[in-house]
Amino acid sequence: MLNRIVVGAHYGLKDWIIQRCTAIVMALYTLVLLAILCVAQPGSFEAWRAIFGHGLMKFATFLFFISLFYHAWIGIRDIWMDYVTCTRMRLALMLVTLAVLVGYTGWVSLILGRL
Amino acid sequence: MTTPRTLQFRIYRYDPDKDAAPYMQDISVEIDDHDHKLLDALVKLKAKDDSIAFRRSCREGICGSDAMNINGRNGLACLTDISDLKTPITLRPLPGLPVIRDLIVDMTQFFKQYHSIKPYLVNNDPPPERERLQSPEDREELNGLYECILCACCSTSCPSFWWNPDKFVGPAGLLNAYRFIADTRDQATSERLDNLEDPYRLFRCHTIMNCVDVCPKGLNPTLAIGKIKEMMTRRFV
Repeated sequence: MLNRIVVGAHYGLKDWIIQRCTAIVMALYTLVLLAILCVAQPGSFEAWRAIFGHGLMKFATFLFFISLFYHAWIGIRDIWMDYVTCTRMRLALMLVTLAVLVGYTGWVSLILGRL
Repeated sequence: MTTPRTLQFRIYRYDPDKDAAPYMQDISVEIDDHDHKLLDALVKLKAKDDSIAFRRSCREGICGSDAMNINGRNGLACLTDISDLKTPITLRPLPGLPVIRDLIVDMTQFFKQYHSIKPYLVNNDPPPERERLQSPEDREELNGLYECILCACCSTSCPSFWWNPDKFVGPAGLLNAYRFIADTRDQATSERLDNLEDPYRLFRCHTIMNCVDVCPKGLNPTLAIGKIKEMMTRRFV
């Protein structure tokens, strides 16, 4: 293959917007959670479970983790793009990252579903 | 009556024709009260040891040719006050670019990126008799952009440019890209945004603002990059 520099993938803006939106979601969730914990002051497993077992809290927690994983995906992908110059290695690392993050999403779903 | 004093330097030396590897040379030079800027001392140093190579031209911060890494920070020798520097003054070439000799770097990659953003006005209307006019408000937007002297202090202090100098346009190139995107006389705004919408060309900027920190002209490439992203968002959303 010719060793020419190729750019012009015409993406990046959506990820940049999503990274900012997910950061806002995570910041809001953290503030709300801190407020709830300050008010409820859970001292037992049942009390913690009651907080996270509420339907709205389950949804918010799931949204937080989805935001976290998408945010992490963009950040880690950027690290691979910065430091890994071999295209095959970069693709492999991206796939591993995706697999781990999708796995985490499934794991979060299982935990929240059991509450 | 002038008071002579000795200034200590540690200078990066490398002559590919003679040296197997780069090394740091300790050297001192006598300066007097008339020598205020680092370039004044370097000119005296050059008179003492003419094998030391560095670029300089206008000696007043306009040509941008004497950009170098001064005590770990990029800057122009002609604008840097000797009194602000700790001694020994450590001088290295701009980081991230291939060294031609001593403090002289090969800026081909830097200018390739600059040329890639088409740094000229694109306007297909027939030229008016005198000039293409702008309102004072439209002209105001170009302040802080057109002053860039392409010294490369910003781009060579940017880690994203160190890792991907062949793909990332770099702060200087992006500042100049916005200079033409913001110009109301330019008719290629959409093409310019298309040209930059790329994970490498624009989105390698992670807003760490090293560029703003070192710009010897006090410009803000991060702000210009942010405005490009804002314009892309306005176009997209």
